[in-house]
Parts: sequence; C-alpha cells; structure tokens
Amino acid sequence: MVDIKMEPLIQVRDLVKVYHLGEVEVEALRGISLSIEKGEFVAIMGASGSGKSTFMNILGFLDQPTRGEYLLEGRSGANLSRDELAEIRNQKIGFVFQGFNLLSRTSALENVQLPLIYAGVPSKKRKEMAEQALFAVGLQERAHHHPGQLSGGEQQRVAIARALVNRPSILLADEPTGNLDSKTSEEIMMIFQRLNRETGITIIMITHERDIAAYGKRKILFRDGRIVEDSLS
Amino acid sequence: MTTFFASFRIALRALMVNKMRSGLTMLGIIIGVGAVIAMIAVGSGAKKRIADQIASMGSNILIVLSGSSTSGGLRHGTGTVPTLTVDDSKAILSEIPGVRLVAPSISGVAQVIYGNQNWSTIVYGTTPELLEIREWSLYSGRLFTQQDLDGANKVCLLGKTVVENLFGGIDPIGQTLRIKKVPFTVIGVLNPKGQSTFGTDQDDTIFVPLTTAQRRLFGQQFPGMVRVITVQVREFEGMKTVEEQITELLRQRHRIPPGQENDFTVRNFTEVATSAEESARVMSLLLGAIASISLIVGGIGIMNIMLVSVTERTREIGIRIAVGAKSKDILLQFLVESLLLSLVGGTVGIGTGMAGTFILSHFTQWPVLFSIEAIGLAFLFAGSVGVFFGFYPARKASLLNPIEALRYE
Repeated sequence: MVDIKMEPLIQVRDLVKVYHLGEVEVEALRGISLSIEKGEFVAIMGASGSGKSTFMNILGFLDQPTRGEYLLEGRSGANLSRDELAEIRNQKIGFVFQGFNLLSRTSALENVQLPLIYAGVPSKKRKEMAEQALFAVGLQERAHHHPGQLSGGEQQRVAIARALVNRPSILLADEPTGNLDSKTSEEIMMIFQRLNRETGITIIMITHERDIAAYGKRKILFRDGRIVEDSLS
Repeated sequence: MTTFFASFRIALRALMVNKMRSGLTMLGIIIGVGAVIAMIAVGSGAKKRIADQIASMGSNILIVLSGSSTSGGLRHGTGTVPTLTVDDSKAILSEIPGVRLVAPSISGVAQVIYGNQNWSTIVYGTTPELLEIREWSLYSGRLFTQQDLDGANKVCLLGKTVVENLFGGIDPIGQTLRIKKVPFTVIGVLNPKGQSTFGTDQDDTIFVPLTTAQRRLFGQQFPGMVRVITVQVREFEGMKTVEEQITELLRQRHRIPPGQENDFTVRNFTEVATSAEESARVMSLLLGAIASISLIVGGIGIMNIMLVSVTERTREIGIRIAVGAKSKDILLQFLVESLLLSLVGGTVGIGTGMAGTFILSHFTQWPVLFSIEAIGLAFLFAGSVGVFFGFYPARKASLLNPIEALRYE
C-alpha cells in the first residue's frame, strides 16, 4: 500500500446560505466548516431553525450554498446543471425522509426500483437489485404490498431500501424516526447501525432526539446556523 | 427506452386511478375525433358518388335541347317542339373545333311487346356516337352500322332492365319485338349502367337508329328534326367556350335576330352533377367546425386536468427529482400521460365516429367512404392535441423545485 493521504468523503468550508424572504434576508447557515470521512455515522442535532435541514439539503445536492465550498468525493456541485445534480443524487446519495415519501399507488418493490429507473438500469436487473435491497432491510416478504398496507416502521424500511438500492456513498436521513414510536425507532436505528457496520456506508442523520442521536458515532450540534459542538460518542 | 416504458406504466396507472375523471377528460377528444372521421367519410363519399355519376354519364358533355319556340304567340316548353335538325348536329361537329363527337337523338315513351310480355320504356332514336359519348359498352351482339342508319333498318339495342322484363331467361339477340306495333330485330344488349344523378334507371331504355325512329316511331310530324343533340367536348377547360360557340352557331343557323330568345337550350351536365357536391361540402364544413372546436376544447380539458394532476402529485414529483429524475424524465412522464389520454380518446372517437357515420348514412342515404388515411389523420390529430396541450403542465412539473415539492402537503 502506498501511503497517500485519504481525501475525506465530505469537505465543507465556510458554507453560508442566505434566504431572501421578500425584503428580509435570513442567514440560515453562517459559515459551516467540517469534514466527514468514509464510513462515519453522524447525528446532526439542533432546534428547529438552527439550519440543520438547510445543511442537509445542500449535502444532498437539492440546494446550492450562497457562499463557501462543498465537495463530495472531491467534487463540487457549484457549477453543475439541474440534470447533472440529479445524476449525482441518483448515483451518490440515498435519502430517507421523516414522512417516508413513498409513492402510494406502487408496491414496495416498485418504490425501491425508482432510483434505478432514472439510472437507466434494465428492468430485470432492477427487480433483482430491489429485491436485494428489501432483503437487506428484512422486508423481502412484503415486496408486493403497497405502502397503505404497511406499518410506519415497514414503510420507513422500504424507504431505506430505496435509499440503498443504487449503492450510494452517503445516506442522508432527515428525522427518520420522527413519525415512529420508540420501539420502531429503535428497530430503524439498529438497521442503520448494521448497514453502517456491514457495508461501510456513510450515514448522516438529522434528529432532535438525544437517544436517537446516541446511535451515531459522532454528534454535531447546530445553533443559529453555526456548529456549536462536534464530538465523538 | 427503459424510462419510456416506465413512464408509460406510470401514466397508465395514474389514469386508471381516476377513471371517471380520465373518461370525462377524453370526451372532448372523442367528439372531436369522431367528427373528423365523419367529416372525411361524408366528404369523400360524396366526391366518389359524383365522380361515379359523371363517369356513368360520360365526361365533358353538353346537351342541346330543342324547344322554347314561339308559334303564334304561344311559347312551347323546352324539348316539346323539335327545332334542331340533323344538319345542325353535323354543323356543330364540323364548325366547332373543340367538339369531339355529336349525337342527335329523338326519344319517346313507347309500349314494347315480345311474345305475351309487354313493357313501357323510353326509346331513343340516335346514332352509335351517343353510346360512345356516354361510354356505354355492349354486353352482347353488335352496334348499329352506317347501313342501318342509311337504310332505316328496324334493328334495336336493349338496356338490361328491358331485357329482364321482356325476355326473362331467353337470349334476346336475333329475336323480334314490337315497338309501337313496328317489328324490330334485337341486335345487341348493353351493359348495365345503374341510376343516373337524378335517380332514374338508365338501363330501362331501347336504342334504335335515328332514321328508323324518325320515319317509323316519333318523327312523322317533324321530318328530319331531332329533339336533342348530345355533344362531347374535347377538353373540360373548353366547355364554356364550346357552349358559347354552339349557341352562336345555332342562332345563326336558325336565323334568330338579336334580342330574340333562343329556340334551343344548351346544358352543361357536369355542372349539374357538381352542384350536388355542394350540400355534401357544406355538411363536411359543419363537421369540420365541430371537429376543430371540440378538439380545442378537449385539448384545454386535458391541459386543465394535467395541471390539476401536477399539483396533486407535487410531492411525488419531488420524490422523483430527489432520487435522480432529470427534467426530461418528468416531462416525458406527464407528456406520455396526456398523450395516452388523447390517444385513448382518439381511438374511442374513431369507433364512435364510424358508428355515427354509419347511422347518419343509413338515415340520410348519403354515401360514405372510410379510409385508412382518414383514420390515421384523426389519430394524428388526437396525438398532436395531447402533446400540444400536455406540454405546458408537463414542463411545469419538470421545473419544480425538489425541496418545495417535497414539503408540499
């Protein structure tokens, strides 16, 4: 092995995001700098309005910073087109949302296939990969159920399978347990931990619950658009 | 391609969820396409009928009728008194270069007897040119010869209806029948020609040589006169000119001073037939208007529903964009959906239009004609409406901001 300095997976420098709400300027992020290595499991905490969701949107290439630099695997999204950003999201990022955000009239299997459709994967391969992803979250037997026929925990597991199916570098979870009871929340966190441990996927999770944040290996606390605490647990 | 099929399935599912809404949205397209189908079927049916009729009458025909002569202050109707002569007919042929053929004729209704059968029919005394002008061919036997004409031979040609009514199954060639008690030998039978523009049976007729008819059947009071001269003009474009030249020639020959009315009438039968096209054309235009209005209204309906659909599915669009759908993927998905709406509507409309046209033609006796081209055209119209009116909503969907779309309740 040649000894080269490993580039961090995520590098953020002096990130600033300003929203214009009519005449008023709101600074959601006021200079964020951090780096996240491959294989980390990071919990981001903070009160609402602390800027953590804005930060997450930028990390997920859903939004662009006003100033500063964000590199994912050494690559910036600053000058990329809408479609190029979509491609990066498709290839590199898996999203898990608080409200699950599954398509209601489609089966679990088809929901999981969604990123693969846009990646142009042929349908047979697509189905195989989706079945594997459902297996990874222990839902292979519910593949043909529609979201309405699944419990909240099961729906969130389908969403996790969808986030994982294209083998992204990072998994971004925005309040993944916000709509779940504590027992189901624990199940979801176990899945996150297992995936992080077994596949080495980098997980960045927003939460406002301390006990959920405790499942992560690293905890970052946001307040008023700044990082006020960054600690290993 | 993968995304196209996926889009197709997504679209189909989205439309199936709101069956009632999709059906109502399609209604405008169904009516529009139905009207397009009916319009083309009625229009082309009428065109074909007119073309057939003109063909059965012979093309480029002018008919010179004798009559309207004034005798002792009493005006006679057209054709009642023969004012034309065989020499007039010869003069028309020799002096007007645009004329290809002329056929003088006299005619009348006569009782015809064969064996114990009898039949009343129209008997024409004429020359073989009349059959050539009308493009009327022999079924069997032979035509008149110059000898028949010169010798005023008692020979005749029969139309199909006469044959059926007098002879039953017997071959009429060589048989002798009596027209107004004068015996005639049948020398030929004509091919069937069907109905004329005016609904008369053209096959219910007998042809005899002009000279024979003049001497034996109708012409006794007016020797050498004919009632009608049928003229075939060489070219369609020259018909108006020839019509004027004939009028001038005959006025000269009949020594009609300027200012006095003609003792004959020239009619252009192609024009008469063409005027029948007018009513069909008006109907076609009406259907065309219905078609374009309902296609536009149907298109607006599709646009409206697609806009509603985009709003309803904002969150779904947000999810798709978040997991990597490009603008063109979303655009395609919604375009396919509106295209599917309009094409399904179009297909139903083609069926409805054909059924409606059949019913219309059944009650009005209008001839209709369906063609693959018309169906293709209607389908194309429907598709264009879907793409045209679906584009704006689809584009709107494709440009949604994913963060806002995901937050949409």
